[in-house]
Amino acid sequence: MNTINPSISTGVNMRDKQAAEIPVPQDKPEDTIIEEGKTVGKPFASDPKFQLRNVSVSYGSDRAIKDISLDIGRNEVISFIGPSGCGKSTFLRCLNRMNDSIDICRVKGQLMLDGEDIYSPKRDVVELRARVGMVFQKPNPFPKSIYDNVAYGPKIHGLANRKSELDEIVENSLRKAGLWEEAKDRLDSVATGMSGGQQQRLCIARAIAVSPEVILMDEPCSALDPIATARVEELIADMSKSYTIVIVTHSMQQAARVSNRTAYFHLGHLVEVNETNKVFTSPEHQLTESYITGRFG
Amino acid sequence: MQTANLLPLVLVLAVVAYGLAYMRSRAVAAPLGGIRNLKALPFYYAARAALWCAIPALIVLAAWAGFEGKIIQGIVIASLPQETWPESAGEASLILSQISNVAAGKLNPEFVPEHIAGAASLLENLESQSRNFKAILVILIAILGAAFAWTRVAPHINARKNVETTLRRIFFVCAALAVLTTAGIVFSVIFETVRFFNRVPLSEFLFGTTWSPQTALRADQVGAEGAFGVIPLFTGTLLISAIALLVAVPVGLLSAIYLSEYASRRVRSTAKPVLEMLAGIPTVVYGFFAALTVAPFIRDLAEMVGLEASSQSALAAGLVMGIMIVPFVSSLSDDVINAVPQTMRDGSLALGATQSETMKKVIFPAALPGIIGGILLAASRAIGETMIVVMAAGLAANLTANPLESVTTVTVQIATLLVGDQEFDSAKTLSAFALGMLLFIVTLLLNVVALKIVRKYREQYE
Repeated sequence: MNTINPSISTGVNMRDKQAAEIPVPQDKPEDTIIEEGKTVGKPFASDPKFQLRNVSVSYGSDRAIKDISLDIGRNEVISFIGPSGCGKSTFLRCLNRMNDSIDICRVKGQLMLDGEDIYSPKRDVVELRARVGMVFQKPNPFPKSIYDNVAYGPKIHGLANRKSELDEIVENSLRKAGLWEEAKDRLDSVATGMSGGQQQRLCIARAIAVSPEVILMDEPCSALDPIATARVEELIADMSKSYTIVIVTHSMQQAARVSNRTAYFHLGHLVEVNETNKVFTSPEHQLTESYITGRFG
Repeated sequence: MQTANLLPLVLVLAVVAYGLAYMRSRAVAAPLGGIRNLKALPFYYAARAALWCAIPALIVLAAWAGFEGKIIQGIVIASLPQETWPESAGEASLILSQISNVAAGKLNPEFVPEHIAGAASLLENLESQSRNFKAILVILIAILGAAFAWTRVAPHINARKNVETTLRRIFFVCAALAVLTTAGIVFSVIFETVRFFNRVPLSEFLFGTTWSPQTALRADQVGAEGAFGVIPLFTGTLLISAIALLVAVPVGLLSAIYLSEYASRRVRSTAKPVLEMLAGIPTVVYGFFAALTVAPFIRDLAEMVGLEASSQSALAAGLVMGIMIVPFVSSLSDDVINAVPQTMRDGSLALGATQSETMKKVIFPAALPGIIGGILLAASRAIGETMIVVMAAGLAANLTANPLESVTTVTVQIATLLVGDQEFDSAKTLSAFALGMLLFIVTLLLNVVALKIVRKYREQYE
């Protein structure tokens, strides 16, 4: 867990404020601090891509997500932060129904993508996932060639009629992912032979190749070194013009650098959502403050 | 005292030594303030005492049992008058058996020459002395060993290292035993095979197309010519194995895919053990199922469509054998499919691939080397199978590719060649070893290839 004080990067001195008031959260039972279903800040957006209302997720009898309501705006970059096990990845995976493969996982509440219910029985999961792509924590290229990795999605969705069209999609996706220059001379070599950072950018290219509207990123840089991380972050900044991006991260600096809004999760609750700048300079909730100042997490 | 009684006695002594050393180590530790002040736990002092007690005693016991007979025989033979000394090993064993018969009271001493009777009483004497010496020596060594270990129960002596070293050696001996046994089997087969090829040329064996293993008793016998061409046997083996694999590969593979990717946890937890139970059914049971149910059914079916079918057919044996090796394919494939990381599935599903697309395009290619490994292991099992073929495919060495005819396999011929009374100097009997050698080489090659492929697969995701 990263415990560096983010005030260093945001330029505001938190230390004085901290010493002045905040009660230590361990002294008080957390349930009394968090009110279920209540989120401080600005959870709603004017032009929402996702409208999520009263979402609860349970694994068997464990409630992983407790009554969360949130909007995710069109072409917004929103980051989810919070201590391990707080439910941010679980929540992320609801957005393209990746939780479906887990037998005991139950999702309740209303999840709408462009006004249509994600969990409606009529919903075609294949179509949903083509619109809502995902990049995972650990780079997971298929043990195929670089070309085949990128061409995989377009092929199964029939996006290209000819080989030349497919070539074009592959090239464009690799360019957008900033990988074209490194990969163009070895498109036929096996993707698993690339470096970790290259593999992760390949996975991003693979997700872009099916022209999604939303890209979900589950700690996309946690397995990468700082230089590769910087490249992926640049990429996110570039992509934010044309995609809605939801990013789960453990690095508060990363959240501060890439996102418009930041959501703080705690023990399955969505505690606070606000403009990133606001969350890191003047958090409204004391738990958020304790977390970003490195009191726990 | 007999060896049979000495063995448990030594073990009892070892247990006693264990208990005494354990108690002593605690007693030694108590005034120092607990066992933390010992170099090793009480268990190690106790185990060392038990090992010191048992191992030297058992080695002496084994050595005595191994050399006792030879030495006594030597002494007895040497005691005979010089002019009656045996001239050959055969004569010596004859005289010795006479002597031991007299000594055991089976032969009246009055009916044998006087020197034999004398030797018999010497033998009896020596044997009883040997028994007593052995008992005293072994018990003495056991007690001395235990006593030595007991004196060395002291806080500054580290028993742990001794015990670990000894245990490592014991494990090594066990492993070596298995390896030596394998080597022994291989060498015994090799020697007999060489003897066979002294009689029948290698080229005839490998390239001959008739198999009729017989050797003439008289030179003018009718049909005295034996033929040792292995090709009909090998085509039979290949035919039956191919049929078996045609059944086992699709059924096994598809059921593995179902179990690992589609089945709910509840179905999987019952279906997998049941499927694996197929491998536990004795092959002879499969054999009579093949011979009594499947083979007649195939014959009737073939006759219905106007084909001629033997009542024992390669098809019947192959089908049943295929069912038998389904678990080899399905279980191993299931394992390798499960070994494909979940991140691969997630990656594919997140791109909007369906479950079957993910299976076909990502999981299956990634698991393919492992699956091939499983299939090759199943194939070597099919090639080595005997019982089903004996019962369902017959014994006739036909050179045919028609699965409705009866064929025979290498293993079946080995079994029939060695059943009953055999003389071990005829080409007929020796040919079984040559067949065994050939089979051994073929299955060994298959296993090596399978292991190579499986190993290569393991490196892929790292």
